[in-house]
Amino acid sequence: MLVYVLRRLLVAFSVMLTVAVVSFMLLHLSGDLATAIAGPEASAADVEKVRVQYGLDRPIASQFADWLGAAVRLDFGRSFYFQNSVMELVGERLPVTLKLGGVALLLAVIVAIPLGVLAALYRDSWVDRGALLVAVVGQAMPNFWFALTLVLVFAVGLKWLPVAGNTSWLHFVLPAVALGYYAMPSLMRLTRAGMLDVLGADYIRTARAKGLSPARVVFKHALRNAIIPVMALAAVELGFMLGGSVVIESVYSLQGLGQLAWDSISRNDYPVVQAVVLIIATFYIGLTFVADVINAALDPRMRTR
Amino acid sequence: MSSTFMSASPSEAAGMPALPLPALPAWRRWLRRSLGHRGLVIGSVMLGLIALAALLAPWLSPHDPYAQDVSQRLIPPAWYAKGSWEHLLGTDKLGRDYLSRLLHGARVSLSIGLAAALISGLIGTTMGVLAGYYGGRVDAVVSYIVTTRLALPVVLVALALASLVGGSLKVVIVLLGLLLWDRFAIVTRAATQQLRDAEFIAAAQALGASTPYILLRELLPNLMSALTVVATLEMAHAILLEATLSFLGLGVQPPTPSWGLMVAEGKAYMFFQPWVIVIPGVVLALLVLAINLVGDGIRDVGAPDGRN
Repeated sequence: MLVYVLRRLLVAFSVMLTVAVVSFMLLHLSGDLATAIAGPEASAADVEKVRVQYGLDRPIASQFADWLGAAVRLDFGRSFYFQNSVMELVGERLPVTLKLGGVALLLAVIVAIPLGVLAALYRDSWVDRGALLVAVVGQAMPNFWFALTLVLVFAVGLKWLPVAGNTSWLHFVLPAVALGYYAMPSLMRLTRAGMLDVLGADYIRTARAKGLSPARVVFKHALRNAIIPVMALAAVELGFMLGGSVVIESVYSLQGLGQLAWDSISRNDYPVVQAVVLIIATFYIGLTFVADVINAALDPRMRTR
Repeated sequence: MSSTFMSASPSEAAGMPALPLPALPAWRRWLRRSLGHRGLVIGSVMLGLIALAALLAPWLSPHDPYAQDVSQRLIPPAWYAKGSWEHLLGTDKLGRDYLSRLLHGARVSLSIGLAAALISGLIGTTMGVLAGYYGGRVDAVVSYIVTTRLALPVVLVALALASLVGGSLKVVIVLLGLLLWDRFAIVTRAATQQLRDAEFIAAAQALGASTPYILLRELLPNLMSALTVVATLEMAHAILLEATLSFLGLGVQPPTPSWGLMVAEGKAYMFFQPWVIVIPGVVLALLVLAINLVGDGIRDVGAPDGRN
């Protein structure tokens, strides 16, 4: 097990390094940053000035080495737009996104697990079909549109919740629902599939034969085994949600990491964009690592892969 | 999952063995099973109608989708009191006919879905087949690339690149094609690993067939049903991402009618005219739903063993 964990850790770190290289290269090779920063009206001389000022005239390898050397010390340089350091900007915004992602995941899990369990227990009944419908609809709706629709219904129509902003916890309800609905279907489907698997197992038949109450069989014996892979998937989903929160944050004007990335993209503030991509990727890699370890602890066969 | 969409016959439900199928040609057995799958039928009909609407958009559209008329701004759809039959689904903020834009928008969504799935399918399948067939070091390299790709936040990377290169239909297709191959690679790799040691592959190797021949003529046809399922998933994924990019202003550029862009353009008016965002959003969801139903259906029909 220790060998497995160490090996996964090594892979995680090297993937992080590769992501750093890729995100740096993507931004530096897909266009001329100096032209983009200087703006469409800048003269050739201005562009050159910008190029020298931001150090973009140096060979790309040396730019990358400097950037990475600083990045491992969590120093992502200064924003082109604000005079703050990138880390300062990120530090301000990260808690908002983590809160949003956390609440969204919590909501998704709270809905997905009972729904998945019920769908498995009453397989092919109307409960199962209803759960499937909820999942299928959730996967089909564009999440920015679902977010706007929630605003129309609950903020404008019913006036229960605020339209946008992030001053109180009420502001997080709609965004978290919008983001959580996105993660819910796969969690629900995995819970259902896991429960169906487990409920057919011999030890469940034994537990029933011993005369244990149905509730005890379902919750104590079946769910406990079915839920671990769901938790692993939930970790991965949280990683996805942090990356996907840019859309939700822009709809609700939540000043989180996604909004920062989005604003920085439109301002050509590349040090910030690079840092956010790397930070979100790091979260994802960390969470997948956790998921892998959970799965391996559960199923020794996974460790040899 | 979607097996619940199938109408289970009484004999199946009672656990009785299914009657042996009469010796029908393979395609007719496949057709019969497909027609018995409710989700697949509903999805195919919906998808067919949308595809037809997209193909015939220039002839079906009552108006020019680009023609602006400032005196006809934001007319509600015909079923509202202020609506008119002249503009069945109303007009947008520039007085353009909503129905005509919706029909032309179907072309954008479908062509992006198809083209992006094609590009990503080529990349992912190549990687997956090579990793699965050769194993060892090739497999390790491919798996590493897939892991790295999965760690990159797609929406952010696509937004950043689209902003550098400049958003357009072509850019969106290429970007999504280059970003969405991960599932193709994962599924093809697993399927190839399973088939690698199959007898028909060993037979082809024994007959001295070249590796490209084995991969393309022996292996690939057997991966087709799995690949079709992934292709539908990625088509749906690409269509949603295009809408997202266009909604954020970095995808398809105005005045091209894209459903995501229509939602973005309607956003400022949604408080008083909710239909401006409801209509494009609903058709977008219906298209993705149809594609997903078809994908789930093909998976169920392709794996009949799981049914009984």
